[in-house]
Amino acid sequence: MENKMGAGDEPSFREATVQEELAKHPGRDIQESSSISLRLNTSPVHGLWALTKRDLKKWYTNPYQLLISLIQPAVWLGLFGKAVNFGAFVSSAGASRAQQDAILLGIFGTTSYFSFLACGMLASVILFNSAFAGMSVVFDRRFGFFNKALSTPVGRGTIVTAKVLQSVGRSLVQAAIVLAIAVGLGMDTAQFSVAGLLGAFGFLFLMAFGLSSLFVMLALRSSNWQTQMAIINLLNLPLLFASNSIFPTKLMPDWLQTVVKVNPVSYANDGVRQLLLGASGLNTLWFDYAYLFGFAVFFSIVGIVLSWRLLSK
Amino acid sequence: MISQQESVLLPSLSKPIIVVDKLSKTFSNGKIIAVDNISFEVREGEIFGFLGPNGAGKTTTINMLTTILRPSSGNAQVCGQDVHKHADEVRRSVGVVPQEYTADEDMTGHDNILLCADLYGLPRSDSKPHADELLRLVELHDAANRKVNTYSGGMRRRLELACGLINYPKLLFLDEPTLGLDVQTRAAVWKYIRMLKEQYHMTLFLTTHYMEEADSLCDRIAIIDHGHIVKIGSPEELKASIGGDVITVTVREREPDISPNIARLDLVRDVKQTDGAYRVKVKLGEEAAPRIMDLIRSKGLHVTKIALTKPTLDEAYLEFTGRELREEEIDRMQMFSQRLTMRRARS
Repeated sequence: MENKMGAGDEPSFREATVQEELAKHPGRDIQESSSISLRLNTSPVHGLWALTKRDLKKWYTNPYQLLISLIQPAVWLGLFGKAVNFGAFVSSAGASRAQQDAILLGIFGTTSYFSFLACGMLASVILFNSAFAGMSVVFDRRFGFFNKALSTPVGRGTIVTAKVLQSVGRSLVQAAIVLAIAVGLGMDTAQFSVAGLLGAFGFLFLMAFGLSSLFVMLALRSSNWQTQMAIINLLNLPLLFASNSIFPTKLMPDWLQTVVKVNPVSYANDGVRQLLLGASGLNTLWFDYAYLFGFAVFFSIVGIVLSWRLLSK
Repeated sequence: MISQQESVLLPSLSKPIIVVDKLSKTFSNGKIIAVDNISFEVREGEIFGFLGPNGAGKTTTINMLTTILRPSSGNAQVCGQDVHKHADEVRRSVGVVPQEYTADEDMTGHDNILLCADLYGLPRSDSKPHADELLRLVELHDAANRKVNTYSGGMRRRLELACGLINYPKLLFLDEPTLGLDVQTRAAVWKYIRMLKEQYHMTLFLTTHYMEEADSLCDRIAIIDHGHIVKIGSPEELKASIGGDVITVTVREREPDISPNIARLDLVRDVKQTDGAYRVKVKLGEEAAPRIMDLIRSKGLHVTKIALTKPTLDEAYLEFTGRELREEEIDRMQMFSQRLTMRRARS
């Protein structure tokens, strides 16, 4: 299957005779024969796709890994989302159904807390996945593959970008599965539309790209997975709690609101909720997009620049 | 310094493929000097070996020549390209077999080698038949579609070798190619290395801390210690340059001590006597032995035993570095990767 993927890269001008000749002489110098150097595919996309495909293939051929990574968001949705029922909380204080809806709408921007949380969980699954993009760098470094890649002409920036892309791909697939689980558990789908779903995944893509770049960058020099785990734990929960993933921003203390407003996760949630639930947002969709786009571009550029500096000592 | 002198002495058979000029590498802001001002040349078609203990600077040198590490000072040309200015060109034209096992364990041998080909930008139409060819060359074609985590140490090493050859290099770097391998597997790897030189006329640059590997494989050896090149030459030259052979003569009579008389003979360089056994360092053992016998007889003494030992590379090493090949302190990361390599080699 992966052979077919590479087929698009094949140039059409290959001569069988040269190739057979070469097969007999592994020692033949590439520069000596101009026809061979012509045949090289030096486009960065070639190497980028090969490296990304490697990680993705390792992931999808190991279904346990996928299954285990889905447990956490499923627990949040199924247990937390169902247990923390703000509707019942409000109605137990004697509010009528109409009052209950009005209060929830005012606080969460939607009448269903479960749907509010489900959107937050999409961002959360991406956050946790992206954090592990750095781990894959550490393991490749430790088990030697990184050194192999560094000794080939493939660009240093390409190696880093491939790590980011594979993480983005995995994150988006898992987010889609989490969304399906959420719908199965009773997420409000009244406002779903194709454009809305595409737009929401656009947000998730930008967030995954930015966060994965950040975590890959932090792992560039690390060969110690314990340190990397500590970094992940240090950043993950604060990024989740200091965002509007679980609770709306406006009910938080002022100082925390300031932090939440910097956190890119909040902007993804804000946009996703507007698109999937028709919720009233804090910002316009375009502002949310612009913020996340800036975040993704900034960290991917920093990551690539650092890879040039740090990957050749 | 020594290297230049040596390269003048040796007949220049072919043009140099690696030219290293005063190359140094320091770490931790100059506090650790891994490679200290080394200069040498490697010529086309030879097997050139770096011999030295762990931590002597062998891997650092390979990493600089393959552009993974940036030299702190000095210069190197590999395949006619400057490692500073044309790093990409250098990487494109050389093959590298690192010390660690770098193959992805969760992929098959075949997929691993194709991945390497992709990283070199070889189109699949080229790399597929070439990969098959190389897997046949290292006798892995039967195991090609098995995942690498089922491979033995020798098979992994052969796969690394095949991956290192995927870009048609004419110069191949091998970092400790037989680290941790058992004797038979080591011999098999040597066979491939010799074949690459003889059949494909490749130049091979290898590092090793195994004396017998350097002795049996290399055309020329550089002894490296504490980041310095102590001596360069063919194994024979290195052995000869420590002062030739050793003759041990045991004489029945303990007295008189005739060491001074022996020392005055032609060809003799040094004599030590313990309990009637004379250990004589000589230039040409075969010619010196009868002269020593004659001298002893002329003094009216009786020879009970005589032995002629040709110098080994171990002795040469001892002579040049002042100690036996030993393990140096190496940093934690290197220690980890080396242990991992040894463990996998034995799996």
